[in-house]
Amino acid sequence: MRTARAEAHVAEKTRGYRIKKNFQRNWQLYVLLVPAIAYFIILHYIPMYGVQIAFKNFIATQGIWGSPWTGFDHFTRFFESYYFWRLLKNTIILSAYQLVLFPLPIILALSLHEVKKTMFKRWAQTLTYAPHFISVVVVVGMIVIFLDPTTGLVNRVIVALGGEAIPFLTSPDWFRHIFTWSGVWQTLGWSSIIYLAALSGVNPELHEAAKVDGATRIQRILHINIPSILPTIVVLFILNIGSFMTVGFEKVLLMQNDLNVSTSDVIQTFVYQTGLLEGQYSFAAAIGLFDSVINITLLVVFNYLARKLTDSSLW
Amino acid sequence: MKRFSLSDRMFDTFNTIFLVIILILIVYPLIFVLSASISDPTAVSSGRMWLWPVEITFRGYERVFSESSIWRGYGNTILYTLAGTLIHLLVLLPCAYALSRKELMAKKFILWFILFTMLFNGGLIPTYLIVQSLGMLNTMWAIVIPNVVGAWSILVARTFFHQSIPDQLVEASKIDGASDFYIFIRVVLPLSLPIVAVMALFHAVGLWNQYFNALIYLSDRDKFPLQLILREILVVNQMQLNDPAAGGGGESLVDQVQTAGLIKYAVIIVSSLPLLIVYPFIQRFFVQGVLIGSIKE
Repeated sequence: MRTARAEAHVAEKTRGYRIKKNFQRNWQLYVLLVPAIAYFIILHYIPMYGVQIAFKNFIATQGIWGSPWTGFDHFTRFFESYYFWRLLKNTIILSAYQLVLFPLPIILALSLHEVKKTMFKRWAQTLTYAPHFISVVVVVGMIVIFLDPTTGLVNRVIVALGGEAIPFLTSPDWFRHIFTWSGVWQTLGWSSIIYLAALSGVNPELHEAAKVDGATRIQRILHINIPSILPTIVVLFILNIGSFMTVGFEKVLLMQNDLNVSTSDVIQTFVYQTGLLEGQYSFAAAIGLFDSVINITLLVVFNYLARKLTDSSLW
Repeated sequence: MKRFSLSDRMFDTFNTIFLVIILILIVYPLIFVLSASISDPTAVSSGRMWLWPVEITFRGYERVFSESSIWRGYGNTILYTLAGTLIHLLVLLPCAYALSRKELMAKKFILWFILFTMLFNGGLIPTYLIVQSLGMLNTMWAIVIPNVVGAWSILVARTFFHQSIPDQLVEASKIDGASDFYIFIRVVLPLSLPIVAVMALFHAVGLWNQYFNALIYLSDRDKFPLQLILREILVVNQMQLNDPAAGGGGESLVDQVQTAGLIKYAVIIVSSLPLLIVYPFIQRFFVQGVLIGSIKE
């Protein structure tokens, strides 16, 4: 008994000694970490702790820490408000729409991978990546120009074909399509890079063996290429799920106007509006927290499912 | 084995057609904007201009360049992008390097500490309040500091250091009496220029294109980056072009509307062209960045 304690004591001492020694020898390495750690503490962990204003009544003069507690008042007010269901529905539909189109970059990558002419392939890649480098403001600006009811190219074509001009930008029915497909235009090529990389790692012997067995190109894509890149697909799908409730709201905000607001009002734009424009900090923080909690829950659940079902997961 | 079946050749044909259609859909809007920016506005609105420029005019560009707010926005964006990228590297590289070294204790914990910020964050409002209480509102720091580095970049740079800097090299320098600071700056960084370029470019593109932080944190028009000015011109449509005299004065209403359209095309090109011209040459760096990022340990 006594010896055990003494040994523990010695072990403790040597452990402390080792830590001290390590610090002495490598203190400069720890100094190199300081700026980044300070950044994460100040601009990530303190705001995480500051989320408590969602349960408080924020009073500017008393700050985040001094304001009085109100419990779940802001949450109940949000859940009982008439716009709650509209916001939730808009957010989910918009996000689900984007998720349905998740396979498009995979299809592009599979298609590009089959191209044998390297010149054409390189051009195709360079051109499809280009829209990624254009800002959201410019993309929305281009949408505004092309879809303008009188001067826009699209409506001029519709009118020339004998149709009637469509007020795309002020139409709640069109908002989701325009938002999602312009997103596809912008990110299709860039998102395919990672799948192309995964495809270039597919074992060529599998293809040789399949050819000997008389498999066609399409059969080889379906039974060799797709299964080979499945882990990549799963991981990216989980990552997408993790921001399900966030739906590229910076772009939504740019495309939103009084006339399409019935479909374009999503939770994050509402947080911006009530919080930063109307100054209801606590209420907006509560809504934002609700959003993050759903995000993180979805991420954890889907990661668990992926690990059980496919053996590939984020962690 | 040089035997191609009919179905394989059909596949190739369909595949090429499919890709060409996608390419046209992606590139056409870009070419249209470029052509429209140097075409006569009446040709654009009447549909005579549909692909290549018609009746070339540089009036749109003249107006854009005579607009002081655009110049100032451009200047601000360049300043924010350069300063922000520099600070990004100063925070990112030392941290990523330290995390790549096996001597570092509690590495797992520090990595999780950083990665957790990817899963959860305080959200818009608490972050805004912290930025406010740090006194950064309406300063350049509000643009540069809140997103100075992401967990993802740290992982990518760390993976790079891990793979490309051999342990023996660091150990040999240590035996020669070099300190960790010296090794990092004089030995490791010169060998890591590709990752420095990748990280700098990724961050610079992000800074160049972002508008939201500027929208919520800046209130002086003098400090607005280009993207906010663009938002006024392209999206909100509330830009009052302050000197009609610069455009020749005495324009009719129709002329004004048409010139406004021309300015929109020109301003899109002026703001996007620097990146679109440069990126094909640095594309491999970006692709490399995505690839290093996809390596899972």
